[in-house]
Amino acid sequence: MNSIASSAHINESGKLTVRFDDQIVRYFVIATAIWGFVGMLVGALIALQLPFWQANLGQYLSFGRLRPLHTNAVVFAFAGNAVFAAIYYSTQRLTKARMFSDMMSRIHFWGWQTIIVSAAITLPLGITTSKEYAELEWPIDVLIAVIWVIFAVNFFMTLKVRREKHMYVALWFYIATIVTVAVLHIGNSLAIPVGLFKSYPIFAGVQDAFVQWWYGHNAVAFFLTTPFLGLMYYFLPKAADRPVFSYRLSIVHFWSLVFLYIWAGPHHLQYTSVPEWAVTLGMVFSVMLWMPSWGGMINGLFTLRGAWHKLRDSVVLKMYVIGITFYGMSTFEGPMLSVKTVNALSHYTDWTIGHVHAGALGWNGFMTFGMIYWLLPKLWKSDLWSPKLANAHFWIGTIGMLLYVMSMYSAGVTQGLMWRAFDDAGRLIYPDFMETVIEIVPMYWVRLVGGTMYLVGMILLGVNMIMTIRTATEKPSDSAILVNA
Amino acid sequence: MSKFIQTDGRHRTLEGWPLIFTILTVLSVLVGGTVEFLPLVLMESNIPTISTVTPYTPLELTGRDIYIREGCVSCHSQMIRPFRDELERYGDYSKPGESIYERPFLWGSKRTGPDLARVGGKYPDLWHVRHMENPRSTSPSSLMPKYDWLLSRDLDLQSVPAKMKALRSLGTPYTDTEIAGAIDDASAQAAHVARNVESSGGPTGLASKEIVAVVAYLQRLGTDLK
Repeated sequence: MNSIASSAHINESGKLTVRFDDQIVRYFVIATAIWGFVGMLVGALIALQLPFWQANLGQYLSFGRLRPLHTNAVVFAFAGNAVFAAIYYSTQRLTKARMFSDMMSRIHFWGWQTIIVSAAITLPLGITTSKEYAELEWPIDVLIAVIWVIFAVNFFMTLKVRREKHMYVALWFYIATIVTVAVLHIGNSLAIPVGLFKSYPIFAGVQDAFVQWWYGHNAVAFFLTTPFLGLMYYFLPKAADRPVFSYRLSIVHFWSLVFLYIWAGPHHLQYTSVPEWAVTLGMVFSVMLWMPSWGGMINGLFTLRGAWHKLRDSVVLKMYVIGITFYGMSTFEGPMLSVKTVNALSHYTDWTIGHVHAGALGWNGFMTFGMIYWLLPKLWKSDLWSPKLANAHFWIGTIGMLLYVMSMYSAGVTQGLMWRAFDDAGRLIYPDFMETVIEIVPMYWVRLVGGTMYLVGMILLGVNMIMTIRTATEKPSDSAILVNA
Repeated sequence: MSKFIQTDGRHRTLEGWPLIFTILTVLSVLVGGTVEFLPLVLMESNIPTISTVTPYTPLELTGRDIYIREGCVSCHSQMIRPFRDELERYGDYSKPGESIYERPFLWGSKRTGPDLARVGGKYPDLWHVRHMENPRSTSPSSLMPKYDWLLSRDLDLQSVPAKMKALRSLGTPYTDTEIAGAIDDASAQAAHVARNVESSGGPTGLASKEIVAVVAYLQRLGTDLK
């Protein structure tokens, strides 16, 4: 472990050598691949449990307990570690400074893995708050807060000692991520403990629902959107060797996105007991949010202007194009689903599941894969073991996710229409709920096929990663740059 | 505006001030949540109370925590929307005042199975026992997992008083007498449910098992308005 003092020294010509901490990035990249595999494997298991109840293997491995394990693993373990890899790699380069404290970086890494392991143990045991994406009980919540603060101090102190006057747009998005996630996590975790494994939230009913979806929606915004936009703004121009399309657009869409997103939470509660004015506000702001979201998509895709031919040879760029396109599709779909008339049909159905997976598999997954394929040769100073295998990952992942999303749209719309179908005499055509379930079981099987294909793609990435690391001839080291002292 | 966002404009200057940039970001994200949340807490008219809505009994509370433990909310909502088909299928739409003791709220976001907001009284106690033991025995094509361990796991009532005290500190109106007698009260209600199951020809010896708490909870749902 290098200390800060030894990470930079001045040579005879008055130039300063700045050595980046690449080891921490390697850690986070490896953790991303491992947890991605685990999270998606649990996803495939619960996808099997829906059409095939026999796959519920006793109390610890039944759907109700594994579903939060799947969501926590893919959101906080897979996407989380990917975000940290992106932030640690790009922040050092954008600030021309090594991370402020190697020790803090390590505490962040091991602390976060400890949190993930605690989640993987407690959730199957049934220790849960039941609040979506905030299921972990209070001792783990406290640990998350502590680790997040250490991460924040490390990040902001690096900004303080930066050697580049202006902060690049990726850093704006990282700032928004770090401060907002802290606020959301603390706000939604306020609870009174009863023993070590149980707590009751300080808010009840309508207020608890509101706080939960203020958190839930903005976890999507500030854990799965803003850091990935930051990732896009750094890694896409690098991979395409083109400047970002529009500086002005990045300013306008950053501030409008950050301001508008928070208001949109109540759209998850349309037609519930939450007062009408609140859900209407949520709907209106969700529709407005469409524009800054597409600002990001346009800035990403247009960065490739004049460089589209590079897609032929670059699996990284192909991954990014699919990722950004799916971002555009799900940020159009989100506002649409928030509109009351659409929500009346879609809510409580698999359409929602299709929507989140378009975002998660398409945007978060493919942006992560693109980043990893770009980073592997740089971090281990070796060629990617098999570009062909990476290409196979691209296609199997793309087809898998299309099968996933299409089957869920179909299941959601079918069931939604069946629930509300009346005959001429004014009676429900399908009064027995079971009839509407049997109808969509085939779609559950299609989803399982799609999800399994996506998981296979993840395994191909793992193989490529292991082989790239094993065939590397040089010992991994920290890269360095020269700056004026 | 153009002065602000042009290449050497004022935003460029802001990009050199991380602290101010961060403060402005925090302010931007705080506005929306504050404007929407404060009225929900401060204006009582937003959540009209209903006099017949009372806190859960100690046994129902225990059952509710088992419902939370098993992740039932992943597949069952407890929120009936004001649509004709939902009123036909599930009963009257859910009112804000019905949720005032719900910590956490269990409205759910997905109906892989039907809504349960008004399932109380819809089926006999024995139906629920059979359904948890093997959902196919009551609903032949059901996708629901078996929850047969609820019939064999021992019911833990020792923690109920502490739970009630924690809830009281947050505003649920449990009295000292209720908290002191919580374990006895829960045992009595458990024995009552078990007798009910037995007398309808169901399995015996369930009074000390988790299943009776879950049944008591489910039978309570939505009944405050009846």
